[in-house]
Formats: sequence, structure tokens, C-alpha cells
Amino acid sequence: MIRTILIVYVLIIIATVSILGFRGDKTRKEPLYLFPDMDRQSKFHPQGENPFYDNKMDDRLPVINTIPRGNELELAVVFSEDYSAEDLLNVELQTGRDAAGEWATDFPIDVTRDVIEMGKVKYDIFCAVCHGLAGNGQSVVTSKGLPAANLLLQNFIDQPHGEIYNTIAYGKNLMGAYGDKLSPEERWAVVLYVRALQRANQGTMEDVPDGMKRELGI
Amino acid sequence: MSNIFPKVANKVPGWIMLGISLKVLAIVAAIYYYMTPSYTRAGYQPVQPVPFDHSLHVGQVGLDCRYCHSFVDRSEHSNVPSTNTCMNCHEVIQKDSPKLAPVWESHRSGEPIEWVKIHKTPDYVYFNHSVHVNRGISCVHCHGNVDEMEVVWHDKSLSMAFCLECHRNPEQFIRPVEDVYDLKWEPTQEWLETGAAEFVHNYKVLPPESCSGCHR
Ligand code: HEC
Ligand code: HEC
Ligand code: HEC
Ligand code: HEC
Ligand code: HEC
Ligand code: HEC
Repeated sequence: MIRTILIVYVLIIIATVSILGFRGDKTRKEPLYLFPDMDRQSKFHPQGENPFYDNKMDDRLPVINTIPRGNELELAVVFSEDYSAEDLLNVELQTGRDAAGEWATDFPIDVTRDVIEMGKVKYDIFCAVCHGLAGNGQSVVTSKGLPAANLLLQNFIDQPHGEIYNTIAYGKNLMGAYGDKLSPEERWAVVLYVRALQRANQGTMEDVPDGMKRELGI
Repeated sequence: MSNIFPKVANKVPGWIMLGISLKVLAIVAAIYYYMTPSYTRAGYQPVQPVPFDHSLHVGQVGLDCRYCHSFVDRSEHSNVPSTNTCMNCHEVIQKDSPKLAPVWESHRSGEPIEWVKIHKTPDYVYFNHSVHVNRGISCVHCHGNVDEMEVVWHDKSLSMAFCLECHRNPEQFIRPVEDVYDLKWEPTQEWLETGAAEFVHNYKVLPPESCSGCHR
């Protein structure tokens, strides 16, 4: 009697484990919460769903015809007490055009080594997949049929800084906009780094400082 | 009058006791085994509306995590990318692929793609991505090798014990900030011996261990 009970007992355990699987196994099913505690509270989460709106998106776009105070990449600035609209009113910084409406030919940010380095980090994340690490338009993406431009060509060297800024912020033809991923300062830093890549590509032996020649083995 | 119950009846209470305790034992064991926070979500691998493949986009195309999860180093929330982000490439690449139909649908209608959320901490836990990734904690510790996953699953438990294990000894997990997004990074001997401890010391890396750090 006892033996039968024990055998049945073990069989039930084996059956449960084989139906539910070992813990941590991959499963397609939404995890079950027997004791929900306060795990899921009735509040809205970033990128969450909100049935109030038509497209159910809780995150809203700015209202048309309003001027944003800063942008979403700089929330700390938006909510700061001593907020100043200086950057926002700097037309060249925001749009890449100078007061006369022409493409800017100078940089509205300080040009320092740190800024170039920041530009490199951002370029490697957001541009290199298509334009290549060296800017020459060689990448997996171009080999799959998206014709990303070779940024080292003369016509891009001749473009004013502001026009390149504009391409980054709003996109151009087949290239999408990167204004939602890069703040105005970061976009200018990328322009600066593109300039550095173009300059490096034009380099000759005379540009290499004497001390460095041996290090490079030339 | 003395024989209403047969002799075996003496054993019945024992059996009942045994049965009940075996049942209770099994239920407790099952709850412990399946339902403690270390395992409630681990292994969860839902079917996504688009069969998006991290191993292809990160491993072969060479995208950086921040190209898509572009707020991970700027805010507490690591965003899932908008349809625009996919369209930067898929406007042209494989544009007729049936796998991408929901992306085009969303692009035309303006309605977002409804990705299924995999990692979810309870709402009473405060978590912040940017403080971690900007201080040399890589995605791989909390999400596993996403760069090799064809379909993302919940790899680590993300339970309180898991968080604390690292908060108590950050120098065992920390890496140079520029290597955070390289999930294949392996520490050098030198980094293990001195580099990590120096980093923790010099940058005053101080993960909270008190309750109010995470339950605020
Ligand atoms: C998804 C791939 C992709 C990414 C990422 C990308 N581009 Fe492009 N880019 C293109 C394509 C495609 C073109 C060609 C556009 C055309 O003429 O149709 C282009 C063209 C350009 C041009 C030339 C525009 C002109 O005047 O003809 C510049 C400058 C440029 N990109 C800069 C950048 C910078 C800077 C970044 C990083 C913020 C970047 N791109 C990221 C695909 C990309
Ligand atoms: C091409 C864009 C893209 C890139 C690059 C990318 N991801 Fe993702 N990621 C997504 C999308 C879309 C989802 C949502 C669908 C899914 O879960 O597969 C996602 C989901 C995730 C999730 C699960 C989110 C959840 O619901 O809990 C994690 C974790 C993640 N990504 C980590 C990474 C890491 C780490 C990298 C860098 C190695 C990376 N991703 C690179 C697009 C991207
Ligand atoms: C930087 C460019 C780029 C971005 C951004 C990108 N992809 Fe891709 N994707 C590719 C490439 C390249 C392939 C491989 C195409 C091939 O093998 O011919 C691909 C393949 C795919 C495929 C498989 C298509 C098929 O039929 O085999 C899917 C699905 C996909 N991507 C979804 C997405 C989604 C969803 C996003 C946005 C989160 C996204 N991709 C963002 C470049 C990109
Ligand atoms: C210290 C642990 C930790 C690290 C490091 C970490 N994450 Fe996360 N991640 C989490 C937790 C916890 C959640 C769940 C947050 C929540 O409840 O919304 C999460 C959620 C996510 C999500 C889903 C967000 C959503 O709402 O769907 C994505 C995407 C993501 N992480 C990407 C990344 C990427 C990319 C990195 C590396 C750059 C990274 N994470 C590093 C712990 C971490
Ligand atoms: C692999 C290591 C690691 C893991 C795992 C980890 N953390 Fe951290 N966490 C850190 C480090 C390092 C810091 C300190 C950052 C600093 O010094 O600013 C930190 C800081 C924090 C902070 C303080 C943020 C602030 O604003 O001061 C919170 C909150 C936090 N972690 C929550 C969590 C939670 C919740 C989890 C589990 C889901 C977790 N962490 C998992 C390493 C980790
Ligand atoms: C490093 C961040 C961190 C710290 C510090 C921390 N917790 Fe937690 N705690 C968590 C996380 C994450 C969870 C959610 C685990 C889960 O259910 O997945 C949690 C869950 C809990 C729960 C609910 C457990 C359950 O299963 O319902 C309690 C109670 C709790 N914590 C108490 C405390 C107390 C008391 C302290 C101080 C001694 C503390 N916590 C410190 C991260 C933390």
C-alpha cells in the first residue's frame, strides 16, 4: 500500500516536472505570478501603453506649433530651475544656417580635442555602420545595396559645415535623420570628426611629425 | 460492539498524516523550485511581432547597441527603437521580405510595433541603466550574450540577490567604460589584479547596498 502511494507520488512529481520543465528553461509563455505582491502597479511606464490615446502610445509627440524647452536628450536641462533659452535661440547651433540663412561655414561650438573625441565616439556608433569607420562608404550595409556616400570625396570636402549638419539632423534622400539620436552639440562634434577623417585622408608624408615617423615604421 | 472498525483502521490516521505532509512538502518544493524571484522570469523568450535577430544585426552588420537602444547611456530607461530606426536601412535592404511586413505596416500607419517586453523589474524597484553603463557595467552581466541571440530571452534572474552580488563586489564585474558595449570583452590579467580595484577606487564607484538605494 505505502509502496504504491510512494510510486504514484514520484510519478506525479516526474509528470509535473516534465509538463512544466526545469526552472530557467526557455519558454514562450508569459511568466505566471502566483503572489503578485505589488509587482505591477497601475502606473504608466516609458514606452508603455495607454488606452486613452488613439494609437495607444503613452509617450506623446510635441504639440504642433509649440516650441520645446530644450529637447528630450537633455531632460536635466529642461527641468532645471535656472533654465536659459540661450542654446535654443542660437539659430546656427540648432539649424546649421547663419543669420543670413546661408549654410554655416564656422563651428558654433568650441573646437577642442575633447569635442573631436566625442565626435569619434558618436560617429563610430551612428555613422560607421553605413559610411565605414574611415568614412569611405565601405561597409556591410553598402554591400547589401544601401548606397551610403563616400564622405572623403571632394564634393563633400567642399560642402559647408552647416550642410553636413543639416544632413545629420534631418536626413537627405535615402539617408534617415539622426536628430532624434544626437543633440545639436553632438551633431556638430560629428561634423568636426568627419572633417578630421577627410583631412587625415588628404595627409602626406610632410604632415607626419618627425618624432612619430620612427614609431609608425616609415 | 467492539468491532465497528477493522484493525487496519488504527493505521489510517498515520496514513492521512503521511499523505498530507507529502503533499505539503511537494507544494512547498514546487513553489520554491518554480516561483522564487530567481526563476520566475528566467528563460522567458516570447514570440516577437517581427523576427528581429540580434546576432545578425550586431554580429554581422556590426551595429552598436546604442544605435538602437539610444538612450541607454543617457537615461534610466533603455528604449526599444522606433520604426524609423529600422527604416534607416530597411527602406532599401530586403524591403520586400515578408518578415519585415509589420515594420512597413507600422511605418505607413504611424502605429508603433508592439514588441513584447521581456525584462521587467517589479514596480517597487528603482533601476537606472545610465548609472550602470557609464560606470563600466556591461549589458552582458544583466542580459547575457544578447549579441549572439537570434531571439532574445531572459538570461539572468535579476532578483535582489543577483543585484546585491555585484553591488557588494563591483570590482569583480567592472570593466573600462569604453568596453561596455563590446559584449565579448575578456579582462586581461593586469586588469583583474590591479586595474579593476583602481578603477573602483579612483572613480569612487559606490553601488548602494542599503534598502533605500533600490526601494525608493
Ligand atoms: C543607415 C545608413 C546610414 C547611416 C547610419 C548614416 N548615413 Fe549618411 N548616407 C547614407 C546614404 C544612403 C546616403 C546617400 C543619400 C543619397 O544621396 O541618396 C548618405 C549620405 C550622406 C552624406 C552626403 C549627403 C549629400 O549631401 O549628398 C553625408 C554628409 C552623410 N551621409 C553623413 C552622415 C553622418 C555624419 C552620419 C552619422 C550621424 C551618417 N551619414 C549616417 C546612409 C547612412
Ligand atoms: C538594430 C537595432 C538593435 C540593436 C543594434 C540592438 N538591439 Fe536590442 N533590441 C532591438 C529590438 C527591436 C528589440 C525588441 C525585440 C526583441 O526583444 O527582440 C530589442 C530587445 C533587446 C532586449 C530585450 C528587451 C526587453 O524587452 O526586455 C535586450 C536586453 C537588448 N535588446 C539588448 C541589446 C544589446 C546588449 C545590444 C548590443 C549588443 C543590442 N540590444 C543591440 C533592437 C536592437
Ligand atoms: C544598419 C542597418 C540596419 C538596421 C538599422 C536594421 N537592419 Fe535589419 N537587416 C540589416 C541587414 C544588412 C540585414 C541582412 C539582409 C540580408 O541578409 O540580405 C537585415 C535583416 C533583417 C531581417 C531579416 C530579413 C529577411 O528576410 O531575412 C529582419 C526581420 C530585420 N532585419 C529586422 C530589423 C528591424 C525590426 C530593425 C529595427 C529595429 C532593423 N532590422 C534594423 C540591416 C539593418
Ligand atoms: C545592472 C544590470 C543591467 C545592465 C548593466 C543593463 N541592463 Fe538593460 N535592463 C536591466 C533591467 C533590470 C531591466 C528591466 C527594467 C524595467 O523593469 O523596465 C532592463 C531592461 C532593458 C531593456 C528593455 C526596456 C523596455 O522597456 O523594454 C532593454 C532594451 C535593455 N535593458 C537594454 C540594455 C542594454 C543595451 C544594455 C547595455 C548597454 C543594458 N540593458 C545594460 C538591467 C540591466
Ligand atoms: C554587474 C554589477 C551590477 C549589477 C548586476 C547591478 N548593479 Fe546596480 N550598480 C552597480 C554599480 C557599479 C553602481 C554604482 C554606480 C556609481 O558609482 O554611480 C550601481 C548603482 C546602482 C544604483 C544607484 C543609482 C543612483 O542613482 O545612485 C541603483 C539604484 C542600482 N544600482 C540598482 C540595481 C538593481 C535594481 C539591480 C538588479 C536588477 C542592479 N543594480 C544590479 C553595479 C551593478
Ligand atoms: C541592489 C538593489 C536592492 C537593494 C539594495 C535592496 N533590494 Fe530588495 N529587491 C531588489 C529587487 C531587484 C527586487 C525584486 C526581486 C524580484 O521579485 O524579481 C527586490 C525585492 C524585495 C522584496 C520583495 C521580495 C518578494 O519576492 O516579494 C523585499 C521585501 C525587499 N526587496 C526588501 C529589501 C530590504 C529590506 C532591503 C534592505 C536590506 C533591500 N530590499 C535592498 C533590489 C534591491
